Amino acid sequence: MSDTLAKNPSITDINRNLYDFTKGEKDVEKLASGLTEEIVRQISAKKNEPAWMLEHRLKSLKIYHELKVPNWGPDISGLNIDNIVTYVRPNTKMAAKWDEVPEDIKDTFERLGIPAAERTSLAGVGAQYDSELVYHNIQESVAEKGVIYSGIEEALAGPYAEMIKEHFMKLVPPTDHKFAALHGAVWSGGSFVYVPPYTTVEIPLQSYFRLNSPGAGQFEHTLIIVDKGAHLHFIEGCSAPKYNVANLHAGCVELFVGEGAHLRYSTIENWSKNMYNLNTKRAKVEKNGVMEWVSGSFGSHISYLYPMTILNGEYAKAEFTSITFAGEGQNLDTGTKILHNAPHTSSVVSTKSLSKSGGTSTFRSAVTVTEKAHKSKTIVSCQSLMLDDKSRSDTIPLMDVRCDDVNVGHEASIGRIDDAAVFYLMSRGLSEEEAKTLIVNGFANPISKELPLEYAVEMNNLIRLEMEGSIS
Amino acid sequence: MSDKLLEVKNYSVASTDDVPILHSLNLTIKKGETHVLMGPNGAGKSTFGSSLLSNPAYKLTDGRVFFEDEDITDLPTDKRAKKGIFLSFQTPVEIPGISLYSFLRAAVKNTGSPLTGKLFRKKLNETLKVLDLKQEYLERDLNVGFSGGERKKVEMLQLLMLSSKLAILDETDSGLDVDAVNIMLKGINEFQQDKTRGLLIISHNMHILNKLKIDKVHILVKGHIVAEGGSELIQEINKDGFIHFETQAGDCNV
Repeated sequence: MSDTLAKNPSITDINRNLYDFTKGEKDVEKLASGLTEEIVRQISAKKNEPAWMLEHRLKSLKIYHELKVPNWGPDISGLNIDNIVTYVRPNTKMAAKWDEVPEDIKDTFERLGIPAAERTSLAGVGAQYDSELVYHNIQESVAEKGVIYSGIEEALAGPYAEMIKEHFMKLVPPTDHKFAALHGAVWSGGSFVYVPPYTTVEIPLQSYFRLNSPGAGQFEHTLIIVDKGAHLHFIEGCSAPKYNVANLHAGCVELFVGEGAHLRYSTIENWSKNMYNLNTKRAKVEKNGVMEWVSGSFGSHISYLYPMTILNGEYAKAEFTSITFAGEGQNLDTGTKILHNAPHTSSVVSTKSLSKSGGTSTFRSAVTVTEKAHKSKTIVSCQSLMLDDKSRSDTIPLMDVRCDDVNVGHEASIGRIDDAAVFYLMSRGLSEEEAKTLIVNGFANPISKELPLEYAVEMNNLIRLEMEGSIS
Repeated sequence: MSDKLLEVKNYSVASTDDVPILHSLNLTIKKGETHVLMGPNGAGKSTFGSSLLSNPAYKLTDGRVFFEDEDITDLPTDKRAKKGIFLSFQTPVEIPGISLYSFLRAAVKNTGSPLTGKLFRKKLNETLKVLDLKQEYLERDLNVGFSGGERKKVEMLQLLMLSSKLAILDETDSGLDVDAVNIMLKGINEFQQDKTRGLLIISHNMHILNKLKIDKVHILVKGHIVAEGGSELIQEINKDGFIHFETQAGDCNV
């Protein structure tokens, strides 16, 4: 088997037609590239935002200049912020009806299946195109329960302004790291969700982020507050067409899970392979609250992505389930951080990573159990599968336990695709490609079955696309 | 077309790191025939079986292999399976995340079986019954956590679903209790009904061998076929073991 691959080292380019289409730039408004105080002031001025926000932006910009680029992960020297356009405004206002969205943008989201999903299986949808939301809508029946789902900038001008001010970049302060500071300075767009106490949103809300403009950055901010005893499932999707210049995504997600509340946050990320995905996500969970992350990372050239959960109240729980697939030219550094900061808290981390055609996937986990977190439990399990000899997979698990009556488990496995399994499947008439695809799908299956159905289908399609042409 | 199903000529096989395993084997299985391959441990029986499906863990160093008079020497595993060669694995691998049901569907589709839609489901239910397998197995991941006996039954299930022409049964009966062996016998009998098919059974189980109609026995020792005959050979080995043959093979240039 390995002989076959060795004889045919060239891997044909992957068919990504589903995501890789561009729409040109019609009458868009673009600021100059690079990062200066003037640009930050221009962004702020366009948004007509409260004074504290401009202050926040300028403070973040200062911090950005003070902080250094991380020196421990994949190389991001190919990213030059002077070449990145931080603000690209599509030629439209935010609409609540797809008919009011300009044709080319509407067509983009239609090809991504968003309006169709909204009709069948979502309680609300937000769609962002480059720097601004172009569509936001919530089902009436959900809105009637008092659930707020809107653009965050829109919310900043309404009755929830104070709540946003109290929470905005409090979990992820601009001092967290250089790209959090960048986000604080130039953020634009994103969604705000508030679910009132003891309210259950039966079907998911979804925000989709599409970056169309070459050489641009996307810096959306997602803020979700799930109040006491409330339930929500939120889905985030991202994609972009491929360009020859670097694009940057430095979004920020802040999630507040109240007492006894339950939040599931699902992501399918399929950025194009010229994207630097330096995204920061963090959740804080109060007593008896539950935070579930489900994450599929398929795209981007380079990713740094480690969603963090702070278990801040007794019996708070976190589950982190993810899959990462690194193909040719991709270096995906992903993982999670969990902070057990109260007694009886528990966390389950279960991740899978795949690498192929020279791709690198690295899994990092950092679980900290503080002195306060008596009787806490944590289980970390990560499995990696390398599909050929050129690819790489690393696992870097960290555990910092400062309490002695805790239950800690960890298991990791790194392996290559099993030739005996491929032979077995081929002996039943499956081609080598079909056999490997089936094995990879099977490997991914425990994760994909956690995803909403249409996303599970999408994930299987992505795996199939990734596997196509990988064997000649 | 002749009545030959499988023919190997001067068939020599080595491991990928060039250790010779099989030496110039010649063997022909005709349609409607059941052959038995016997030999001591390490003789190369399983290697022979899986090399007939072009297992990339081995390489052919000499000779040709024909299936229904067509030279299939250069065909890869999946193409040979599509022609109608089936191997029941001695130790089937676990494949997590794939249900037995979806695997069966894929296998049936890929081997060009006429079983589609309702026919597939009907045949599946009947076969499950014959093999005394519960419906629940269909939803379980392929071979994951299956006992040795369950795995063997699942191999037999595939054989009966796939409508292959030549079945190679590699120790299909090993590790089974008497009841399970009898169930396997039922399966083999069903396969034998169709006289256009052929069987190559690798086994030492007298219970099975005594109950089947056997046309030819081949004794493989140290990679050489050292004796061939009818089912009387089985009784001879049952009585005296392979020692007599091993001495013979000792004279061969290995």
